[in-house]
Parts: sequence; C-alpha cells; structure tokens
Amino acid sequence: MQVRQVVICIKPFNDKPMEKVKKMKYMNPYIAGVLLGLVLLAANFIAGRGLGLSGAVKSAVISAVQTVAPSHAENASFYKEYKAQHSESPLKNWLVFQMLGVIVGAFVSGVISRRITWKVEHSPKITSRKRLVFAVMGGILFGFGSQLGRGCTSGAALSGMAVMSLGGFITMMAIFGTGFAMAYFFRKLWI
Amino acid sequence: MGPLAPYEIISESSNFLFAFLIGIGFGFVLEQAGFSSSRKLAGVFYGYDMVVVKVFFTGAITAMLGLLFFSLFGWVDLDLVYVNETFLWSSIVGGVIMGLGFIMGGYCPGTSFCGASIGKIDALFFIGGLFIGVLIFTEGYPLWEGLYKAENMGAPKISTWFGLSDGFFALLVIFMAVAMFWIAEWAEKKFPREEY
Repeated sequence: MQVRQVVICIKPFNDKPMEKVKKMKYMNPYIAGVLLGLVLLAANFIAGRGLGLSGAVKSAVISAVQTVAPSHAENASFYKEYKAQHSESPLKNWLVFQMLGVIVGAFVSGVISRRITWKVEHSPKITSRKRLVFAVMGGILFGFGSQLGRGCTSGAALSGMAVMSLGGFITMMAIFGTGFAMAYFFRKLWI
Repeated sequence: MGPLAPYEIISESSNFLFAFLIGIGFGFVLEQAGFSSSRKLAGVFYGYDMVVVKVFFTGAITAMLGLLFFSLFGWVDLDLVYVNETFLWSSIVGGVIMGLGFIMGGYCPGTSFCGASIGKIDALFFIGGLFIGVLIFTEGYPLWEGLYKAENMGAPKISTWFGLSDGFFALLVIFMAVAMFWIAEWAEKKFPREEY
C-alpha cells in the first residue's frame, strides 16, 4: 500500500520577524516642543500650577510609610511636617492623577507607534546588568536630588522656566551643567 | 478667567480629572518625541542627539509666551499661578545631584515613567531607584533639613530679580533658545548618530 505524503505548507500571515516590523519615526522635536508647551500652558491655566513627576513619587512614598509604619510616620520629622501642611491623604494629590495620566499617555503613544516591547536599552559596550545597576544608582540620586531641589526636570526646570522662577532656572543650570561636566566620565555607558 | 481651579470655577474633583487628562497629553508628547529612550536622552550630553534641548526649550518658551499673552488678554491672573520657591543652596546642590543621576541613569523621573510604559526594563529599575532615593531623603530628613531650608529667597521671578519686564526677559529667553537650537543642529551634524 502506498502512503501518500501530503505536505501542507502554511505561509505565515506576517513572515517578517517581530524586530523587522518597522517602528514609526519620532515626532519632529520642535513640533513636539510646541505641543509640550501647550500641555504645560493648559496645566497652568486650569490648575494654576505646572507639571511634575517627583512630587507624585513623594506622595507614594509618604503614603507607603504611613501604611507600613504608622507610628514611625507619626513621629519622624519629615512626615509630621508634611501632615501639618496636608490634611488629606497624600495620594489625593494633583500630581498623582497627572502621573497616572503620563503612564496611560506614553503607553498609547507606544502602541500607536509600535514601540511596545520588553527591552533593556544600553550601549553595546556594556552589559544589560551594568546598565541596570547604573539605572538604579541614577534613580536613587535623582530621587534624592529632586526632593532636596524641590522638583525634577519637569517640576522645577521646565515648569519653573515657564513661570520665570529664579529657582527653576538655577536648578535647570545645575542639572544640565553637571550632566555635561560628568559626561566624559560616564561616556562608556552611552557611546 | 483663569487659573480655573484657584478661582474655584471648577471643582476639586474636576481638577483631578483634568490632571489625569493633562498627564495623558504630557506622557503622549514625551513618548512621541522619543523621551522614552535613555540613549536618545543621554545624547544631549555627547551631542549625537539633541532632542532634549529642542523639545525642552521649545516647550518652555511656548508655555512662557502663552502665559504672557493669556495675562495680556485678561484670561489668566498670573498672581494666582504657582511660581516655584527659591532656596538657593538646595536648588544648586539638588540640581547637581540630579545631574549626576541623569548621566548615570539616563532618565529623569518623567521620562522614566514614559520608558517604563512602553516596556523599558532599565526605566523600571530607575523608578525603583527613585523610590529608594526619595525614601532616603524623607527618612534622613533631620540630617539635611538645614541645607533644605537655607537661604529662602521667597518665590522671585528671574525677570524681577534682574529688574526687567516679563516681556523683555521672555525675548531674551527666545534669543537664548534660538542660539541653543543652532548649536544643537550643528552638534548633530558633527557627531555620529543612530536611531534608537
């Protein structure tokens, strides 16, 4: 008896590997800048304040400490000072709602431009592990500095500049000045 | 007449809804501009990608001019718009620490949330670091409270500080921004670049 061999060849619907799917280009930076300015203008017109992310992180940290260690939060000086100025829950805060929006907005943009993918982005000269170690260290420094400087790149530098705050200008010069001054020592991380 | 929330034209809960919507706009624009990529952001410090300078300064002058025009038309009362306070030493020291964090971590807080939203694992680690850094600040607060509160200068506007009108100062910032854009375009031609 002869067995007939049937070979079925299924052509994949999308025969390109995922990486080859063309990502959409980034927006023209000057147009993006004007749109960013309009968002910031809207924040000032509606809420009478600028944008910011580090304030939302602070709210989350304070809320976490109050939940995990309530007696400590009652006694340690920072939380006492914060509570004296804010009667409501630290999470009932303008910046917290704005931060949730940022996550949604960036995700939608990533979906539209097909940029959603799990990835550790780093220079070919370093390993992923090294990149992650430096990311954590950079985050710790930025988190600490943003509290000391009363705001980060968006809250102090960008929003401060829009309302011509002296402190905002000083913070902006200090952030970018230090970045340029230190760039040489950390060049292997990026180029 | 604005700003709407301080004038109680909109309620607190509407203000929170607007905060969420404004956040969506903020995150969307940052991601579209490429601010979700740390190597693109760090490019500003090496000249191979100056998108940070272009977006940052265009955004700042757009909002600054918008506020001046809104005030001129009587649409917004600038006295009720929050101006960041100036504490000289904490601004400088905090800024220097943030600058170091930027060159090491490749993100700032806003951009790290954008990066994490599209799946950048390094951005997630940076955010973890942010929480630790803020916690160190709040826990060790008595150690740096003196520096944090030193040299309180109130909330001066830089224009007032130099004895200039707001409009004239805005013009100077525009000139400065145009000079920066020119340098940025020059740098990108000079240093090699790839898209991330």
